[in-house]
Amino acid sequence: MATKVIAGKEVQINDEGFMTDPAEWNKEIAAAIAVEEGISALTDAHWKVIDFCRTTTAGLGGKSPTLRQITAGTGVSTKELFSLFPKGPAKKVAKIAGLGKPEGCV
Amino acid sequence: MKRLLIIGAGTAGTMIANRLRRALDVEEWNITIVDPVETHYYQPGFLFIPFGMYSKNDVVKPTRDFIPVGADFVKAAADLIEPDQNRVKLADGRTLGYDVLVIGTGAYIHPEETPGLREQEWGRSIHEFYTLEGAIALARHLRTWQGGRLVVNVVENPIKCPVAPLEFIMLADWFFHEKGLRDRVELVYATPLSGAFTKPIASKHLGYILEQKNIEVVPDFVVEHVDPDAKKLVHYDESEVEYDLLVTIPLHKGDELVARSGLGDELNYVPVDRHTLLSKTRDNIFVFGDAAALPTSKAGSVIHYAVDGFVENFLRYVDGLDLLPSFDGHANCFIESGFGKGLLLDFNYEVEPLPGRYPLPGVGPFALLQESEMNHWGKVMFRWMYWNILLKGKELPLPARMSMMGKWAR
Repeated sequence: MATKVIAGKEVQINDEGFMTDPAEWNKEIAAAIAVEEGISALTDAHWKVIDFCRTTTAGLGGKSPTLRQITAGTGVSTKELFSLFPKGPAKKVAKIAGLGKPEGCV
Repeated sequence: MKRLLIIGAGTAGTMIANRLRRALDVEEWNITIVDPVETHYYQPGFLFIPFGMYSKNDVVKPTRDFIPVGADFVKAAADLIEPDQNRVKLADGRTLGYDVLVIGTGAYIHPEETPGLREQEWGRSIHEFYTLEGAIALARHLRTWQGGRLVVNVVENPIKCPVAPLEFIMLADWFFHEKGLRDRVELVYATPLSGAFTKPIASKHLGYILEQKNIEVVPDFVVEHVDPDAKKLVHYDESEVEYDLLVTIPLHKGDELVARSGLGDELNYVPVDRHTLLSKTRDNIFVFGDAAALPTSKAGSVIHYAVDGFVENFLRYVDGLDLLPSFDGHANCFIESGFGKGLLLDFNYEVEPLPGRYPLPGVGPFALLQESEMNHWGKVMFRWMYWNILLKGKELPLPARMSMMGKWAR
């Protein structure tokens, strides 16, 4: 497993740059990954979604929530999610929140 | 007399009724199973109907043929579960009490949740194969279709049998080859996930397969609405995918009964402990199959392995012992890849699909994560096993928990 220094902290990542241990995550890391993903500053609207993903993942066996779970849980519409996290919000939020990529069974 | 009430006579409810009827004393336990429908569907067979490989008769049998002697079948819809009173109200006005309730109400497609899908072009240029009627209508359409751009689109996960859309498109490749039409058909797979295969090892082993079959993949495609007149799917980011024939896998939801009874999540699935299938909020409600919010596939094989461990656990439960965390999320599934070949996956909550041999390590006869004719025959044989062995609750000589034996780490 590869490691990478993000925001001054060494964390484990997979081939696609997703963190593999959610416990290593912190808010500075989130901000740094967001910049890499083209989001220069995380606003309260971003944090609302990120915090939701961080809190629901425990009930999902460590998986990241689906778009529908995010919209139902935060009240943020899918359209808004796409403007907050352009080009694939489910994947992007998961990456910024230090969770695994949304996956199928294969 | 204690009462075990099962809602839903599908794969989960029927299997549990059969297994528990054998395990529980008939003088101590009454088993009642409630379902408004008297037809049992072999849902995995729907996939083959559009291509004329199966007909309706191959996938339906009377529900009552699979209800064990000593269990009561009540033909009625459940209208409301009242967990505080330990009873279920039926749509016909009757009320059934229970000591233990098993919910096996399944998951259903909701095309109406996506604007444009279930409108004037539904059943014309827009089809689905997750219902028997839909699969038959698609078969009729494909029989005379002259080619064009066929797009298979998954609206949103989770869906039943997550590999079925891939199987559909691989079978379509074979089907149009056989018809001499393949050069006039474009095949496109538009998925909300980051690719057709998302698990690293499966991607490495199977990534080539769609390219080889000349199937285009449109990843990260989240459909916002369909424009049925212009025949295009429109993404939330306003990008578009055009089609001549759209085969949609619509949004899935659990039964409305679950929502009405206040037991479900945002998609009407019931949150359960993932190792015991016991409801997270009620200690006398178990949930099996597609109705449960579990981080594994919605598929019959998941039910089969979950039920295997449940029987022993239920006997512990009635004696007041702690439940064992017996279910590990184990599933295996045959994937049709066309031209008489298939693939096989074997995985659980923790272990992604790996290459190897199954069920006998090193021997097989089935090859994991690899195309083979034997895997195709496994899938064909499976229908017989479903009706004659699994549904009747007879045991297969396969371990319920996943084994690492016979698997290669990479």
